This record gives sequence, structure tokens and C-alpha cells, in this order.
Amino acid sequence: MKKLPSRVYYIFLFGFLYIPIFVLIANSFNASKSRNVWTGFTFDWYVKLFNDADIMSALANTIIIALIASTVATVLGTAAAIGIFNMKNTARTVIMNATYLPIINPEIVTGVSLMLLFVFLKINLGFLTLILSHITFCLPYVILCVLPKLRQMDIHLYEAAMDLGCNRRQAFRKVVIPEITTGIITGFLMSLTYSIDDFVISYFTSGPTSQTLPITIFSMTRRKVSPKLNALSAIIFVIVLAVLLVMNVREIKASKKNKNRR
Amino acid sequence: MNRRSRYSAFPYLLWMSVFIIVPLILILVFAFTTTVKFDNTGNRLTNDQAAELIADWEASGKAGDFPVKEKFYFTFDNIIQVGNYSSTLINSVILASIATVICLFLGYPFAYMVSRMRVSRQKIMIMFIMLPMWMNFLLRTYAWMTLLEKNGWINRFLELFGIGPFEMINTQGAVVLGMIYNFLPYMILPLYSVMTKIDDHTIEAAYDLGANRVKALTKVILPLSMPGIASGITMVFVPAVSTFIISKLLGGGTNMLIGDLIELQFLGNTYNPHLGSAISLVLLVFVLLCISVTNQLDSDKTEGVLL
Repeated sequence: MKKLPSRVYYIFLFGFLYIPIFVLIANSFNASKSRNVWTGFTFDWYVKLFNDADIMSALANTIIIALIASTVATVLGTAAAIGIFNMKNTARTVIMNATYLPIINPEIVTGVSLMLLFVFLKINLGFLTLILSHITFCLPYVILCVLPKLRQMDIHLYEAAMDLGCNRRQAFRKVVIPEITTGIITGFLMSLTYSIDDFVISYFTSGPTSQTLPITIFSMTRRKVSPKLNALSAIIFVIVLAVLLVMNVREIKASKKNKNRR
Repeated sequence: MNRRSRYSAFPYLLWMSVFIIVPLILILVFAFTTTVKFDNTGNRLTNDQAAELIADWEASGKAGDFPVKEKFYFTFDNIIQVGNYSSTLINSVILASIATVICLFLGYPFAYMVSRMRVSRQKIMIMFIMLPMWMNFLLRTYAWMTLLEKNGWINRFLELFGIGPFEMINTQGAVVLGMIYNFLPYMILPLYSVMTKIDDHTIEAAYDLGANRVKALTKVILPLSMPGIASGITMVFVPAVSTFIISKLLGGGTNMLIGDLIELQFLGNTYNPHLGSAISLVLLVFVLLCISVTNQLDSDKTEGVLL
């Protein structure tokens, strides 16, 4: 008796979330240019997508910017987390509140304020400004990933290493770093996804010369017909699905292992 | 670790001052100033005159000093001018509020039901909520363009039953729909992460003590999930009220939101960073106020659930 309404509700919710995406994917195999008439099956749009120089160069830009920005953000952010962890309470609270600022700030305000800064400093909008702004919005996420790991760490381990003859640097490298590695990796991956996915901030800080993939997607949605976009959506959907599946399978395996150990 | 390692935060502090604090100060400065242009002899110029002088200077092979000087003057004009757009501001707040409320009612039962499932099942359900979230925001919105068009899939489906066609795209309803679709996961995830922490025994105890289902909901589940509700509301409302993409793609040119206004001042034909900064400032203050209000919902100040 209780089952039916909840089942209808699940179907409605997931239908709402997924039908638009499936329509896009179905359309990516549609031979017709129009989104609304089915004239036959084709892989043409995928071929055209990979031959589109604009999209491919935007993709290359996106990946290069994401890698540079997340690497720098991870290094700076990890160092910052260690520093913040060792601060006195008041200083820590003030800095953590400032760290939350870019997260709660509406993205458009961050984008516009960075644009003002670059225009004010007379830095030409382009590749450099994109990297600078991506580092800026990734940094807080790295700190928020690493800091909890430092808090969970048993500080006595560090002291024990020192007692057993490590110097500060050795104790840090052999005890602290392994303890916070998972946090650092999560921070790096989060930065990577945020950087690849970002549109709003990039929109305001990219010049006419260097575009990222989301910006190219935006200019494509402004055109009346762009079936290549459907093909791109399908590819991104499959990649995201694969990544999430791998992550989940690994997590389930890990939790099973833990159970066995107990 | 020792006190000395706190200096490793220094590069970060420097970075954040330059790229977060200074830009926000610039917004503040631009919002309360206006640019006045002068020529080299100190005469005031209009924008057209200044452009003409610069063109002449460039035509002459950039001989001599740059002909136009700019000075900032303090003014309240920009902030007052924001008042002219109050209908747009109110419209954005109304649309974002509607979307937030619908997300809450749509997501709350789901988050609760999932939190009562077996753990392996919870993982799968949450994965399928996160999946669309990881797709690019623009592609998700673009998907709805295909569905809502005049001869789009929904209208053709309705046609089978002899209804329609309806005018769906380029309406306020389409904008709200786009907001719900894009931000629903941001409501479900914080709700779910709070609700998994509610112990089944707590709810059973309520039933044992004579509560019916409504009482159990209002007296136990709802209060315990307040932190999730608070952060869910913030995480949906803030991006919804400041969006300019959804209104651009699904609202046509006619349904402007605050975001569109700001974008227009910075990247549109009417380049006016002073007015744009003033609107951004109003938006920022409004959002911060909203966040502090929703934080009051979470009166226990349990740990932040910002994902």
C-alpha cells in the first residue's frame, strides 16, 4: 500500500532529471539538422564534432587551464591549510570566514570583481587571467578538503616521530603528509572538476582570444541549430557516468574490505 | 607541528587579498564613483568627444601624450539608479523564491526516503542525483530548449492528445523550470547528508511515545533536518537569484533578471562598470542578508553542511 505512491514519485523525479538528457543523446544520432524531426540514424555529428577546430582548441585550453590551476591551487591550499591549522583561534576564525567568502559569493559577483581588477591593473583578458581566476575560486575547496584531515590526525604521532629521532622536515614528510594525502587528492580533483565546469567566472575573465569549452558551448547555444552540441553532451554524459561508476564500485569494495577486517 | 609552520599560509593570504579582497573593494569603489573625462588642458569631455580625441591621436601616429585623462568622483547616483531597475530585482527574487520552495518540497521527501534505505542502495540513488549535476550547466539548460520549443518534444507529445501547442519557451515559467532542474540536486544533497545522521531509533521512540506520522514529522524529523533545510535553501536560492544564463536561454530576451542586468553593464553595449558594480553590490548585500537569515533556522549551529 505504501509502495505505489513512492514508486510513482521516484519515477517522476528521475524522469524529470533524465528525460531532457536522454532526448539530447537521442538527437545526437539524428540525421536531421532539426531537433524535432527524426530522419535516420547517423554518427555524422560526432565526426563533425571532432573535426571542429574551435571546439578542439577550446577543449585543449580547458584541460591546460584546469591542470595548471588545480596544481597551483593544491600546493598553495595545502600549505595554507597547514598554516591555518597551526594558528591561534582568533586568527583562524577570521581567515576561515574569509575563505568561505568566495564560496558563498554569487559567482557573477566574483567574475565581475575579477574583471574589474584585471581591467584596473591593465592586464589583457586572456589565458593568464583565466588561470589566475581559476586558481582563486579553487583555493577554498582545497583548504576545506585538507583542513579536516589535519584535525583528524593524531598530533602525538608527529611528536612520537620527533622523539624517535626525526627532524622536523622528516617528521612532516613521513607522518603528516601521508595522513593528509587523501584530502589533498580530493582537493585536487574537486579543483579540476570546478575548473573544467566553470562558465560564469570564465565568461567575465576570458578575452576574445582564449576560450574554454563552456564558453564555446555558450556561443553554440546562441545559434539556432547546433547538433554538434548534442554529440558533445552525449560524450560528456558517458564520461561522467563512467567516472561515477568507478568511484562507487571502488568505494563499495573498500567498505567491504573494512568489514572483512573487522 | 609548531607555531612557525603557520607562516606557510602566507602565500595564500597574499593571494586572497589580491584576488578576493581587492576586487571586492574595487566593486565598492566603482559603485560609489563615476568617471569624468578631461582633455590635457583640463576641460571636461563627454564620452563622444573623448572617443573623437583618442581617434585623432591614434590617426596622428600616437604623437604626444595620451589626450584623455580620467578622474573618479564620489557619487550616490549609481546606487540611486539601481532603484530604476527595482521591478527586475523584485522579479528575480520572486522567481528564485518560487524555484527554491518547489525544490524543497520536491527534494525533501526524496532525501528522507533515500536516507532510510540500505546503505548500498543510498549510494546508487545519490549517484544518480549527482550525475546530472556533473554535466555542464549550459548543456543541461540547452536540453530544455529542445523540449520546450514551439514545435519541441513536449508540444508534439501533447499534440497526440489534441492539446496545445502551448507557448512554453521564453516565459517566466520556463525560467523557474530551468532553475528547479539545475539546482534540485543542490537541495537534495545537503538534506540527505543531514538526514542520514537521524537515527531510526529516534523516530521509533517518537512512535512508541504515541506520536502519529504527522507528529513524528513535525516534532522529530523536521527539527533534526533544519540544518539541511537551511543550507539547501541557500545553495539553491543564491545561484538562482544571480543567474543570467537560464534567463538568457529559456527566458528569451524579455525576462531579465539581476544577473542579466549586471552582465549587460560589463559585457553589453551599454558598458558602465559603475552602475554594474552598484547592482553587484546590492546583490551581494542581499545574498549575505539572506544567508544570515537562513542560518538562524539552524539555531543549534551544528557543523556547516556546505557539501
